[in-house]
Amino acid sequence: MTLAPDTVSHDTVSPGRLTDLFQLGLDAPICLTWELTYACNLSCVHCLSSSGRRDPRELSTAECKAVIDTLQRMQVFYVNIGGGEPTVRPDFWELVDYATAHQVGVKFSTNGVKITPAVATRLAASDYVDVQISLDGATAEVNDAVRGPGSYATATRAMQNLADAGFRGFKLSVVMTRQNIPQLDEFKAIADRYGAQLRLTRLRPSGRGADVWDELHPLPAQQRQLYDWLVARGEQVLTGDSFFHLSAFGSALPGLNLCGAGRVVCLIDPVGDVYACPFAIHENFLAGNVRDAGGFESVWKTSELFTDLRKPDTGGACKSCGFYDSCRGGCMAAKFFTGLPMDGPDPECVQGYGEAALTSLGAASSVAVPRPSVDHSHRTSPSSPRTPVPVTIAPRRPPSHDCDESPLAGFAAQ
Amino acid sequence: MSSTAGSVATFDLDRAWRVHPQVSMRPEPFGALLYHFGTRRLSFLKNQRVLAVVRSLADHPSARAACTAAGVTEAELPAYARALAALAESTMITERTLHDSRP
Repeated sequence: MTLAPDTVSHDTVSPGRLTDLFQLGLDAPICLTWELTYACNLSCVHCLSSSGRRDPRELSTAECKAVIDTLQRMQVFYVNIGGGEPTVRPDFWELVDYATAHQVGVKFSTNGVKITPAVATRLAASDYVDVQISLDGATAEVNDAVRGPGSYATATRAMQNLADAGFRGFKLSVVMTRQNIPQLDEFKAIADRYGAQLRLTRLRPSGRGADVWDELHPLPAQQRQLYDWLVARGEQVLTGDSFFHLSAFGSALPGLNLCGAGRVVCLIDPVGDVYACPFAIHENFLAGNVRDAGGFESVWKTSELFTDLRKPDTGGACKSCGFYDSCRGGCMAAKFFTGLPMDGPDPECVQGYGEAALTSLGAASSVAVPRPSVDHSHRTSPSSPRTPVPVTIAPRRPPSHDCDESPLAGFAAQ
Repeated sequence: MSSTAGSVATFDLDRAWRVHPQVSMRPEPFGALLYHFGTRRLSFLKNQRVLAVVRSLADHPSARAACTAAGVTEAELPAYARALAALAESTMITERTLHDSRP
């Protein structure tokens, strides 16, 4: 998921910082994440949207096209389409074509399941479509432990198909974990082998990610290793501005370096709900729905939540920290889903304040950590231990007459 | 410093320029956002005057004329030349040739 554009520059006439301009929000999002479906062929343990099963209330093709019309009117340059696995929607290619024909560029994230040689050829021919293949381990062993058996082979085949079709510069997207940070150089080598660009993003305790956060999130020494590696690579490696909390190590990483939630980015989920960011699928961050009167434009411009998020940061408990100007207090979603206050340190604060806050939170056992409000996980892979469910089976009476099996049987005619 | 100086030297204020045909511009309260569909890069114009200059490049015989028309003073010109050089370097703006059709 991209939180902010991967490559940014600005004119040098005015001295004002972009961060200060963007704090107050924009007329339209710079980029917007749109999850087209909660359906997915995989069940990644860290899925930020707890995807798996399709939601029956999913936006129809016509409703999706109406959203695209709105985005065109608002001049949203491009959307990051994700899911779920967006390519399993039968109308996926139709929607991609509709968007690009309406001056809305598309970058979509996929596990590669539908990227056949024919699809790759088609994608290579478009200037307005970019592809992002998800891979969370440089080896099948590390990847499949998180994304499921066979997922490494699927992603590799997709990358080979894109490379064979002549698609240069597609993205290889990796969520950084404790297990794959030692593989940074190998990821770069894989991206180079397929003519792709490497894109690294941060693991969040969002969705099912909350369940595995303690085992998967990078250790403090690995944060430093990642920061040094990114600084050395500069703009060669994209990050979607996802590691701005690491800027407190020293110089800022390329990008906007601020939390863009509700200010420059937001999320539209498969049922049309608009959240402040892709990592915050929770009712506390729900701004409205594209099906509401006024549609997406009105949610973006006038929702109470977004108006509130655009107020200048107070800094809260972090304000007295000398590094606040670098990290801006870190990621809102990471704080929220680990139970930390919004105006306090990020759980992975590189100065160690987050760890201290988590420790004192753990000591206060009365504090409940918020859970995601939406869960579409496959029911075939339970995330919690199964316990017997007590059921009472009503004694079955024989039908009183032939029609008694009808659901309406027994209803007295008015 | 040397790279900045180099860019200025190579940006010719007296030539004709225009916004790249694959670039989309969106006005914002602080200036504008530019997005290049070819390079997938984003740029920001941080005030209204630089936006006025960029917008009107195609209507003037030179970048210098566009600056003058937008009210850029002689003293301010080097700063605007640097901004335009940066935009040219990222191909947000390109030199206009005789064969270019006007947008």
